[in-house]
Amino acid sequence: MNPSTSLPSRPADLLPSEVPLSLIDPAGRPAPEGELTMPADEVLQRLYRGMVLGRRFDVQATALTKQGRLAVYPSARGQEAGEIGAVLALREQDWLFPTYRDSMAVVARGVDPVEVLCLLRGDWHCGYDPARERVAPQCTPLATNTLHAVGLAHAATVKGEDTVALVLLGDGATSEGDTHEALNFAAVFNTPTVFFVQNNGYAISVPLAKQTHAPSLAHKGIGYGIRSVLVDGNDAAAVYAVVSAAVARAAAGEGPTLIEAVTYRIESHTNADDATRYRDRAEVESWLVKDPVSRLANYLTERGLLDEQAGAALDATAEAQAAQLRARMNVDTVSDPRDLFRHVYAQQTPALRRQEQELLAELAVTEATEEDHR
Amino acid sequence: MSTVAERLPELAAAPIPVTMAGALNQALADALATDERVLVFGEDVGTLGGVFRVTDGLATRFGENRVFDTPLAESAIVGTAIGMAMNGLRPVVEMQFDAFAYPAFEQITSHLAKLRNRTQGRVELPIVIRVPYGGGIGGVEHHCDSSEMYYAHTPGLRVVTPATPADAYTLLRQAIDCPDPVIFLEPKRRYWAKETTVLEPAGAGIDRAVIRRTGSDVTLISYGGALGTTLEAAEAAAEDGISAEVIDLRSLAPFDEDTVAAAVARTGRAIVVHEASRFCGYGAEVAAQLSERCFHYLEAPILRVAGFDIPYPPPNLESHHLPSVDRILDAIDRLQWPDAVNGTKAGR
Repeated sequence: MNPSTSLPSRPADLLPSEVPLSLIDPAGRPAPEGELTMPADEVLQRLYRGMVLGRRFDVQATALTKQGRLAVYPSARGQEAGEIGAVLALREQDWLFPTYRDSMAVVARGVDPVEVLCLLRGDWHCGYDPARERVAPQCTPLATNTLHAVGLAHAATVKGEDTVALVLLGDGATSEGDTHEALNFAAVFNTPTVFFVQNNGYAISVPLAKQTHAPSLAHKGIGYGIRSVLVDGNDAAAVYAVVSAAVARAAAGEGPTLIEAVTYRIESHTNADDATRYRDRAEVESWLVKDPVSRLANYLTERGLLDEQAGAALDATAEAQAAQLRARMNVDTVSDPRDLFRHVYAQQTPALRRQEQELLAELAVTEATEEDHR
Repeated sequence: MSTVAERLPELAAAPIPVTMAGALNQALADALATDERVLVFGEDVGTLGGVFRVTDGLATRFGENRVFDTPLAESAIVGTAIGMAMNGLRPVVEMQFDAFAYPAFEQITSHLAKLRNRTQGRVELPIVIRVPYGGGIGGVEHHCDSSEMYYAHTPGLRVVTPATPADAYTLLRQAIDCPDPVIFLEPKRRYWAKETTVLEPAGAGIDRAVIRRTGSDVTLISYGGALGTTLEAAEAAAEDGISAEVIDLRSLAPFDEDTVAAAVARTGRAIVVHEASRFCGYGAEVAAQLSERCFHYLEAPILRVAGFDIPYPPPNLESHHLPSVDRILDAIDRLQWPDAVNGTKAGR
C-alpha cells in the first residue's frame, strides 16, 4: 500500500559495512574519518550523563536482586552505549518497544524506575502506562515486540502522524520467526520502524556462532529489502548517530532500518544464571577494556567537555538517585488479591465475579484462623 | 453510513434473502463505513475478496489503506494488529483457515489475550480475528479444524460463533464494537446457507446464548456448524413425541451459564452437540458446569454428541466424524426416560 519508493538503486547499497561503524575508538580517540557525523557536544554530554546514571541504576537493581527485593534482574551492564544511545535518538512523539533487558533504556526514556521494576519485583506485569510514556511493556517472549512496533508505526502512517517506532531486540531474537515476519512487513508496507539489535554475544548461554551463519546480523536486512547498518555498540556517539539517521529516514517516509550494534553482556544472563559455565574470564576481560562509559569519558575529557568537577557532580547525582531508588524499593508493597480479577475483560464477567468472591471468602477464613491463633 | 436500512430506505424493515457470507460482508462494510478506525486485512482479503468472498468489494469501496492484503504470515497479521490497536485503530483480521491460524498462537495467547491485564487496563485491544472453522465442506487436511477450545481456554479472549446469517451480522458488528479482543469463528459449512432476514446491528448481547427452538423434554445445546444438525434432530424427535429445546450458545467465552442452566433446570435433560473432539471439548465444560448448578434437576447424565478424538478425517470419511441427526437421536434415547409402560414418553 505504501510501496517503497526510496530504496537505493543497487541492492548492495542496502548492505551493512564490513566492520562496525564507529566515531570513537576503545581508547577514547576519534575514529578515522568515516560516513558518520559526530553528534554535537551537548549531545555527547547527555549521552555520557545517561550512561553514568544508567549504569548506576543497573548496579543498584542487581544489588536489590541479591537482597531479595527483585525476583530476578537481567543486567545490561556493558551495553550502556546501546541502551542510552538508541533512546536519546528518539523524539518525544516516538515509541520504544523494549525487552526485559532494557530496563535501563526505559528509565532513560523517562519512566519512573520504581514503575519499571514493578515487573521484576513481582508486583504486577507492567507498572507504567504505555500510552502515556510511549513505551510498550517490556517484552519477555522474544521478538514478539517487533511486530507490535511495525503495527504501531503503520497505524501512525495510516493516521498521518509523525511517529517512529524503535524496537529493541537481541542476537537470539533474530532467530525467532516474528523478527523475520516483522522485517518483511515493515519493508512491504514501508513502515517508520527502526530495528535495533544489540548483539551482546550470547542468548543466555548460546554464543552467536551457534545462532546464525550469516556474515553479520545486519546482513539479514537485505533479504527483505531493508537498509542495514552495523555499528560499534560500545560507542555511544556512533549508536546515537546511526539511530538518529534511521529515525530521520523513517520520519521522512523512507522506511525501516535494521541496525546491529555489536556489544557484550558483562554480567550473566540474569542473577539466576552462571556465565562461567559457558564462557571464560579472559573473554569478559577483553570486553571490559572496551567499556563504553570510560571510552566516552576519555573522549570528553580530551576534548575539554568533561572535567573532574563535572564528573564528581554526576557521580553524586547517580549515587543520590540510587539511594532514592533503594529507599523506595525497600518499602514493602501490599498487593490486592482483587486485582487478579480486574482487567481480564473490559467488564468483569459473572464467572470472574464469583471466583473473586471465592478467593475473598477463603482469605477471610484464613484471617479469622490467624486471629484465633494470636 | 451505509447500513442496509440507509442504503435501501424503502426496504428498511423488509427482510432480504442473504447468505452468512453476505451478511458478514455487509457487517464489515457497515463497520468500515461507520468507524474510520476500522481496518480489514489478511491474506487475499483485498483484491480477491477473500477465499470465501467475505471481504468481496471492500478494498474497492474503502480503498487499500483500509482493506488490504498482507504477506503470508499469520503471526505478523495478529502482531501488527496489536501494534495498530495500541495506536488507536480497530483491526479486523482474517485467518484464512482454522489450522492456518496456529502460527499466530503466541501473539494471540501471550499478547492479544493478556495485554489489558498485564497493563492493569491501560492497553485496550479492540481486535477481531475472523477464523473460518470446522468441517463439513469436503476440505482436505488442515482446512477443517474445530479450534475453539484453544481460544476458549485462554482468559482475556472472547470467543463467539454465529450459526445463522442474521446472527453473523449482529455478532460481527458487536465484536467490532467490543473493547475486548474477539475470536470470531465462522462455520464454513454455513457460509452459503440462506436466510430471509433483516440485518440488525443490535440483538442478543455478544455474551448471550439464545433459545432457537422451545421444548420441554430435553435441552440440546449447540453452536456454529453443528446447530443446523441439532435443529433437524429436534424436528425429528418431535415426530417421536419428544419436545426438544435447542440453545445456540453463540458466545463460547464467556459461557452464558444462566441461560443454559435455567433451560436445563426446566427440562431436566441435556445434550451438548459439537463438531470438535469430545475429550476436553466444549461439551465437557458445559456438562461440568451444569452438573454443579443443576444436579438436583437432572433426570439423566448430561451427554455429549461430538467428533471422535481423532485428527480431522479426509473428505471421504468426514461424515462418520461429524455429529449427525441419528447420533443426536440416539443420545436422546439414552436419556433414561421413564419406562414406556409407566411413563409418558411413548415408544421410549
